[in-house]
Amino acid sequence: MAAVRALRSCSRTAGRLICVHHIRSCSSVRFIKSKYMSIFDKSAFKFSHQHRLFRTSAISNGQIVQFKLSDIGEGITEVTVKEWYVKEGDSVSQFDSICEVQSDKASVTITSRYDGIIRKLHYNLDEIAYVGKPLVDIETDALKDVASEEDVVETPAVSHEEHTHQEIKGHKTLATPAVRRLAMENNIKLSEVVGTGKDNRILKEDILNYLAKQTGAILPPSPKPEIIPPLPKSETAPAAPKDKGTKIPIPISKPIVFAGKDKTEAVTGFHKAMVKTMTAALKIPHFGYCDEIDLTQLVQLREELKPLAQVRGVKLSFMPFFIKAASLGLLHYPILNASVDENCQNITYKASHNIGVAMDTEQGLIVPNVKNVQVCSVFEIASELNRLLTLGSAGQLGTNDLTGGTFTLSNIGTIGGTYAKPVILPPEVAIGALGKIQVLPRFNGNGEVFKAQIMNVSWSADHRIIDGATMARFSNLWKSYLENPAFMLLDLK
Amino acid sequence: MVIPSSLKNCFQLFYVLKISASGFKYTANRGLILQSVSSDVYQNLAVEDWIHDNMNLENRQVLFLWRNSPTVVIGRHQNPWQECNLKIMRKKNIKLARRRSGGGTVYHDLGNINFTFFTSKKKYERMENLKLVVRALKGLRPQLDVRATARYDLLLDGNFKISGTAAKLGRTVAYHHCTLLCSADRFILSSVLKSPYKGIKSNATPSMPALVKNLFEEDPTLTCEMVMDAVAAEYARCHQIDHHITLINPADEIVFPGINNKTKELQTWEWIYGKTPKFSISTCFNMMYEQSLLEVQVDIHVKHGRIEVCNIDLPEQWLPPAMCNELEKNLIGSKFCPSETTALASALLRICPQNYELHSKWSLLCENVMTLM
Repeated sequence: MAAVRALRSCSRTAGRLICVHHIRSCSSVRFIKSKYMSIFDKSAFKFSHQHRLFRTSAISNGQIVQFKLSDIGEGITEVTVKEWYVKEGDSVSQFDSICEVQSDKASVTITSRYDGIIRKLHYNLDEIAYVGKPLVDIETDALKDVASEEDVVETPAVSHEEHTHQEIKGHKTLATPAVRRLAMENNIKLSEVVGTGKDNRILKEDILNYLAKQTGAILPPSPKPEIIPPLPKSETAPAAPKDKGTKIPIPISKPIVFAGKDKTEAVTGFHKAMVKTMTAALKIPHFGYCDEIDLTQLVQLREELKPLAQVRGVKLSFMPFFIKAASLGLLHYPILNASVDENCQNITYKASHNIGVAMDTEQGLIVPNVKNVQVCSVFEIASELNRLLTLGSAGQLGTNDLTGGTFTLSNIGTIGGTYAKPVILPPEVAIGALGKIQVLPRFNGNGEVFKAQIMNVSWSADHRIIDGATMARFSNLWKSYLENPAFMLLDLK
Repeated sequence: MVIPSSLKNCFQLFYVLKISASGFKYTANRGLILQSVSSDVYQNLAVEDWIHDNMNLENRQVLFLWRNSPTVVIGRHQNPWQECNLKIMRKKNIKLARRRSGGGTVYHDLGNINFTFFTSKKKYERMENLKLVVRALKGLRPQLDVRATARYDLLLDGNFKISGTAAKLGRTVAYHHCTLLCSADRFILSSVLKSPYKGIKSNATPSMPALVKNLFEEDPTLTCEMVMDAVAAEYARCHQIDHHITLINPADEIVFPGINNKTKELQTWEWIYGKTPKFSISTCFNMMYEQSLLEVQVDIHVKHGRIEVCNIDLPEQWLPPAMCNELEKNLIGSKFCPSETTALASALLRICPQNYELHSKWSLLCENVMTLM
């Protein structure tokens, strides 16, 4: 019984198809616009291809149809092919873009008239194509009465909306594209389903109810081979919570199946260089050292100094203080500002403190550095940092700004996080990652709880030449400068 | 007169855009005049995309008026390196956009008006649109000598180009847009539309340079607002619709569902630069290093905006061949773009032998190679 019904609905589908083609050749009103038509066609084709129910003459493979370049208007006879969107072997649906041609300042997108597989492209890029001559050969299952001579002059009666109207013999049914697909895949005529939505709109539940009422329904077995484009938002609910009573028809999951594909691309350009850098970096034996800094006083100081810097046209963040304090520390522990050669045979103690600041840009992670911090004031560091940030976000940093660094600070805290495990950037030997500033309760000297501005720092250093004690002492010194900015004044150069 | 969008107008526009022609008894059925409140070129181009993809223009025509902040707009199949001075544009923050229609490169700023005429593919007729603009201008100032040419340009005084045209035809919808120079900055225009890059071999559509002039120079009393209004009035008269300009916000996702995705796509590097047809650069330049002049020959092939082939010929042993090879190898696949190259070159320096001389030579070479981008 179900088979008969399937047969019947299929021939009705066929009838509809024939009707469609007839309508098309009469250049009158189409009832469904854009890709839903193609899905309609395609599922019917597939079904018919498998069951061969309505074709009298057996056509084993599809036939090759020559898709001719249709009239472009304004009496244009030739165009230049500028870009192909398909290649031989690709499968296309009706209305998919095939290529882009150009004629006298007009760019025209040529879309396919048929479903099928591209078998031949008649032109190469930049060749002249002629109107009326074949553009591509498409292998289709199309019925023979597709008139290939005339222009496809479509006159859509409805505008492209979320709810497409299906006009079959004057009967209008409202349904979302996903619901229509569901109906198509189950060979359900929308006119037979009772809609319970607004304006008698047919909802998914209505289709499910309709299906549930069928006994022993034969459901189309084959999954769609082509990629289903991402569904509109209304249809992204997962298949899991589908407890609609007794039967859970299998195809229900089809429209909701995630049809994404893994995408593999080569690692190129900047990322390739990063791979090399990081591979070299991890050859360095890292050790970590972390600590907590109380920035309460620094926060206050910065609040006072911010407007003064603003007057001079410079935005003052915390980084200039961190950078200057680091440089003062490096004066006492110059091994942290050194570099070792390839086989770790020589250490070079760098004279300049070129402190790098990790920056997150469109390219990815870049590390411009502030040169010669040891002779710069906090204000000068701030203005240099401003310059680097502006250039960095515009993608205009030069090689000079990006090379020559000797020590790096990474303020990951602006994005988030507390402790980190930074990776040393060769040829440097140490790096510090700064977490975010949090307001936390701490005890003061009198045993009272007060609000403290706490930031965590995580250092990594090259254990071949730097030991824990050195790192710890450096960190303590840096910490003392920041916790008591007045100390920095004493040692400022 | 421009009537500011009230809520009522917004809803009317909303319904006009969404509901089929049969549903609404309103002259908007026959035509619409829209004007963008945004001067962001990507948003405005996205409006064109949106109308092209979503509106039913079977019995309706639309005129879209828009202006942009300083931008260079290249045609769909053009090569930005061939068409404009990317270096000046980067310095002056002038944006680059690639439109979907064909044609040549133009410079937009707020002194330039863009008109887009949307019709069904059947009613696509560029000359009629241009004649409409000419009539509007002559209506404003009868003494203006403006006429359309066979190449769909508008000439002022027979010699000066004040408008260029481009068009896009889709399956059912077509649009024809044109610029109109009212009071644009001609100095910047001529400096950005001149490419400094040498040795480019490409099949991309070339632009035809032309002498330009502003309408404002001919008649200082003309303003952009007056011209836009005049064209809108003429359009309304021709299509027998209300002379009512509807202001639209191209960021409004409710009136234009999906438009923000279109805007984003138009801003991607893959669209702006990646859609450049395959081309090659073959050139040589001189570098000065420690009082000696070195000649460097560079041969780069770019496809989809990325380097496919890269050959750098340096004087013998100036740089260790291994390092030069490393640079060439790593450039392949990378974007043909100075910031990417800088980042790449700097990252590679970290794993090279730490030698001041090598580093300065490397930096010098990279800086020079980047001038080609």
